[in-house]
Amino acid sequence: MSSPTVPTGATAQGRPAGSVRSLVAAIGSALGPVRATLSYLEVDTRLLGMVLALAIIWVGFGIVSGGTFLSPRNLWNLSVQSASIAIMASGMVLIIVSRGIDLSVGSMLGFLGYTMAMTQAVWIPQVLGLGFGQPYTWIVTILFGILLGALLGGLQGFVVAYAGVPSFIVTLGGLLVWRGLIFRYAQGQTIAPLDQNFQMLGGGTVGTRVGALGEWASWILGAVICVGIVFTLITARRRRHRYGFPVRPLWAEVMLGLVGCAAVMGVMWVANSYPLPINVAIQYAQEHGIPIPPDGLFIPTGLAFPVVIMLGVTLVMTFIASRRRFGRYVYAIGGNPEAAALAGINVRRTVMLTFSLLGALVAISAAVQTARLNAAVTNLGIQNELDVISAAVIGGTSFSGGIGTIPGAILGAVVMQSLRSGMVLLLVDSPTQDIVVGLVLVAAVGLDTFVRRGSR
Amino acid sequence: MLTQPIEIPAVAPQRVPLVEMRNIQVSFGGVHAVDGVSIDLYPGEVVGLVGGNGAGKSTLMRTLSGARPPDAGEIRVTGQPVMIANPRDAKALGIETIYQTLALADNLDAPANVFLGREITGTATLNDAAMESATRKVISRLNPNFKNFKMAVLRLSGGQRQAVAIARAIQFNARVLIMDEPTAALGPAETAQVHALIEQLKREGIGIFLVSHDIHDVFDLSERISVMYHGKLVGTVKKEAVTTDEVLGMIILGKPPTKLTSQDLAELHRSG
Repeated sequence: MSSPTVPTGATAQGRPAGSVRSLVAAIGSALGPVRATLSYLEVDTRLLGMVLALAIIWVGFGIVSGGTFLSPRNLWNLSVQSASIAIMASGMVLIIVSRGIDLSVGSMLGFLGYTMAMTQAVWIPQVLGLGFGQPYTWIVTILFGILLGALLGGLQGFVVAYAGVPSFIVTLGGLLVWRGLIFRYAQGQTIAPLDQNFQMLGGGTVGTRVGALGEWASWILGAVICVGIVFTLITARRRRHRYGFPVRPLWAEVMLGLVGCAAVMGVMWVANSYPLPINVAIQYAQEHGIPIPPDGLFIPTGLAFPVVIMLGVTLVMTFIASRRRFGRYVYAIGGNPEAAALAGINVRRTVMLTFSLLGALVAISAAVQTARLNAAVTNLGIQNELDVISAAVIGGTSFSGGIGTIPGAILGAVVMQSLRSGMVLLLVDSPTQDIVVGLVLVAAVGLDTFVRRGSR
Repeated sequence: MLTQPIEIPAVAPQRVPLVEMRNIQVSFGGVHAVDGVSIDLYPGEVVGLVGGNGAGKSTLMRTLSGARPPDAGEIRVTGQPVMIANPRDAKALGIETIYQTLALADNLDAPANVFLGREITGTATLNDAAMESATRKVISRLNPNFKNFKMAVLRLSGGQRQAVAIARAIQFNARVLIMDEPTAALGPAETAQVHALIEQLKREGIGIFLVSHDIHDVFDLSERISVMYHGKLVGTVKKEAVTTDEVLGMIILGKPPTKLTSQDLAELHRSG
């Protein structure tokens, strides 16, 4: 009559994978109301998850290190260390989104850093005979570097897009070629010292000059960003109103604005809580006629220039990715290259330009790193490509294409650097650091894939 | 937009075809995928294009949509010879295509797909609100229950995805529509919606090439039926002049109705 049937629940529980899956489902349903609120706010849940993960890492290291990790000094250094990787990661996102990869960024960074060092230390002052310490040296150097970076990136992109060689191969070749070229024309020499204005880009100090905004400029920049956030929220809301679309409730808008502004001002507060080194501060006070108080001199450092540059790059790249046709096309190509071509998109040109864009960003990072070292060395940027790719991937960029955000990659870079910096504080040796970062990378992507599969 | 139907004179003694394709040739390596095919299409008309797998019907349509320019032959649009070298050229001529694969960027939302390659821009930026507004309008004609305008189309149902693909084709003043298997992935209700849409588009004076495996779809919707067989055109027949058996004979045996014998038809029924 009726054949014996196994209860479906029993089979699901019998398999370990099933029980993990049902656990995830249970957590998911428990978070249902939270998720509903978040969708109400139209907040990117993945990005929020990453912020949460970062918070856990910070608090965890903070406790274990007895508060040192969360000191302004450590956080300020962390921000500077994250900046150069974050700048490149924002460009790497677009390349991975359009189903490519760039393995050459580390070598290219070395090559561009070297070329920029030569430009300011040899070519402008000696070959052209214009002398050292010219006020324009730093900007000419940077513009030249960015142009060269865009050209070299574009060259690789051209081979990828028009010759049809896989980007993995082209940029693997680039990795070898650019590094080889450095050794060839540097002959193992270190180029130093660099132009004093240029050094400011690294966030270091030269005499009493500091590569940071200082107290008031930091606060003002924070205020400007806050105004920008509020303005963006208001215009977006107006636009949706005008077309009669549903809008977020007003309390949600106000909350988003407040949280955003609080985060920005919090960053500025931390940067301003980090004092200049005492000898620099005393010299600075003497130069500016500031009396030295008996209980010690406290001159805020403010937001470091590399971080200011990173913020600017983030802003521009986010704008390109989400508000410009080019960005839309990059995502469309990642989602379905054939569909993009049938829609009349110039796929080849778009792909080439993503590589060119990353090349320009590599030049900016190269400037930051050489400025920080006050020198160009032949092994500059070695293994940076791995950090940059990891940052993008931890930040939610998918190798299957079409998925990834710029803010995510920036956060990814900060997460990576936080792990490293925290482990350094805890005196974890460098091989162990690599093992941990490697495991975190795989675990993060695994978890993300698992959650995404479950949500479909 | 379709809200302004193209005026067709009530009496049109010498109508100019919307599209004429003459002696179109497409070869892949040594294989003639399309071999000297000539077909045409008039305003407000549906021409069904049928044939077995590999008969060349999709390849023929790809020459018209700009996806694969022909190796030889001539295409005229409203009497004027045109060069269609890429999808952009075709779209500029008002030739829109709904591909069998739908050709959607799965990671983007419906408005981004509808306007892909033809985005509305404000001062230097994409105007997503304007695109969403237009998309809501055009999709509501196809599927009033469609709500997920902010969701990646990957997560939509087959019918909703189809609606996005169709919306993209009719959003931009299409004069000629190429529909490649438009109902293959649809349920009965959604198929009925597509049929109603085709009738409506016809009344608006749009010419439609309907590529389909489904002989009943083709008989329901087309005025004329063109049959392809191994890259060649077997013939173009008026729907009223033929039976489904005769069309099947053209598809399977590659013979025009005049040459079909009763023995052929018997064989068709035995194998079918």
